[in-house]
Amino acid sequence: MHREDFPMLKQDIVYFDNGATSLKPQVMIDAMVDYYSNHTANIHRGDYDAAIKTDALYDEAREVVKNFLHAESSREIVFTSGMTDGMNRIVFGFMKYQLKPGDEVLISKAEHASCAIPWYVLQEELGIVVRSVPLDSEHQLTIQNLESMISPKTKVISLSHITNVIGDVRDVEKIGEIAEKNHIYFVVDAAQSVSHVPVDVLKMKASFLVFSGHKMLGPTGVGVLYGKMDLLSKMRPLCYGGGMNEFFESTGEYKIREVPTCFEAGTPPIAEVIGLSRVIQYIESIGVENIHKHEVELKKYLVSELLKIPNIVLYNKSSESGILAFNIRGVFSQDTAVYLNHYHIYIRAGNHCSKMLKDDLNIKNTCRVSMHLYNTKEDVDKLVLALKNSEDIFKIIL
Amino acid sequence: MERSLRQAIIVDHYQNPYHKGLVDDDRGEYIKNNTNSVSCIDNVDIMYKIKDGVILDIYFDGEACAISTSATSIMIHTLIGKTVKEARSYLKNYEAMIEERPYDKELLGELNAYEEIYLQPNRKKCALLPFESLKKVLDEIEEN
Ligand SMILES: Cc1ncc(COP(=O)(O)O)c(C=O)c1O
Repeated sequence: MHREDFPMLKQDIVYFDNGATSLKPQVMIDAMVDYYSNHTANIHRGDYDAAIKTDALYDEAREVVKNFLHAESSREIVFTSGMTDGMNRIVFGFMKYQLKPGDEVLISKAEHASCAIPWYVLQEELGIVVRSVPLDSEHQLTIQNLESMISPKTKVISLSHITNVIGDVRDVEKIGEIAEKNHIYFVVDAAQSVSHVPVDVLKMKASFLVFSGHKMLGPTGVGVLYGKMDLLSKMRPLCYGGGMNEFFESTGEYKIREVPTCFEAGTPPIAEVIGLSRVIQYIESIGVENIHKHEVELKKYLVSELLKIPNIVLYNKSSESGILAFNIRGVFSQDTAVYLNHYHIYIRAGNHCSKMLKDDLNIKNTCRVSMHLYNTKEDVDKLVLALKNSEDIFKIIL
Repeated sequence: MERSLRQAIIVDHYQNPYHKGLVDDDRGEYIKNNTNSVSCIDNVDIMYKIKDGVILDIYFDGEACAISTSATSIMIHTLIGKTVKEARSYLKNYEAMIEERPYDKELLGELNAYEEIYLQPNRKKCALLPFESLKKVLDEIEEN
């Protein structure tokens, strides 16, 4: 769908590495170029035309994100540098002051490094206990397994909405309900879900939700931290400086501004926020539901074709997203990626920053196909053909 | 070296690697080195037994691409029984070959299978991986 909107696709490539980062539509690039070419100005500080325009676009962006996530107020939207930044702010700006030694945080072995390491650091610093919910035989999280791990000590459930290797779509609405009933904070990593499936922070009863712009057709260097207002008002900034203070005196007195401005110290990524806002409008014009349907259909087709090739191992046939992890039997994943690059097919090889998943998969490295709206049946056919002919792999890559 | 010969050597060492599988080192005779790096997903452990300036034994294990697995296998096959001084000479000439500097082709034998790896610059680090490990270990020994 909409391939003509993406300048990268003028090249003869099959882009299947959307889990790492997505391609960018021309409308987003234009919005950023317009800022750099026609109305460059800092925000909140100017009285001239360009600054007024930039201010308006920056403020509008918060509104656009709020509506996209179905949040109650645009004050619950904090612009960050990305998902990882947002997650660290939650752990070290909020949880560090709310949790006590012995409190338990539930994660899973399929989580990305950014959803695990901050918690492990807090475990070391504070004596909280991080526990992993066991995954089922398809490496997916089940509600039953999650519930079995909940105890009076459980204070946080921190999970990806969609995991980046297995691609299972977690039942976040159900998890949110369980969390609320048990007075547990629910932290959602939406890095792989925004723009792929509907994200509604109220329906999932999320305490916090974080994502990056660059995986959702948007710019690098920008992300969003959503937090419920009463929680954000208890969160501490991790960064202090201009833009976020009401006053400061040589006596050392200072006062910081209200949520969310207090979390945006210094000059923010202005062009990126404008680009993100534009791309959300673009995504809404297509419809997230339509994107999801397209990706699921395409994955089903890919799986059915790959099942016909005997030496291909699939790790997550059943998950309902555009993510498929596989290997050619007896071939190291990186060699497969190099081989596919020969046909201009871009996939990713490795552990995909989910290093704990190896315990569950019994294999450290996989090849990962991850889709977005612009992928087509023809893309799948090219990949399948290359994999069918892969007896030649060493002749090609060596 | 012909391309088909280079491919055959690499594939042979990849599919039937020499001294793959770590040994029990109850007596602490081996130095162990891990090649894990951020730029590469290869993760190989190499164990060296070096005594009185002679390389007595090397083993390796891990998950890695065809190029680094085969290069490790060939390196091990080449170096067992050699002196540390000879190993340094292999190291120097091998690095020179990968980096397109003049080198002693005679000396390198099967290692010449990587003589054109410079044509794929992002694979150079795969070919260098075992030799970087060797260098670290030899430097360590010399320092002590
Ligand atoms: C599931 C998941 N969470 C978090 C992240 C981190 O995103 P970023 O690197 O943009 O901060 C990623 C990126 O790979 C991811 O796949």
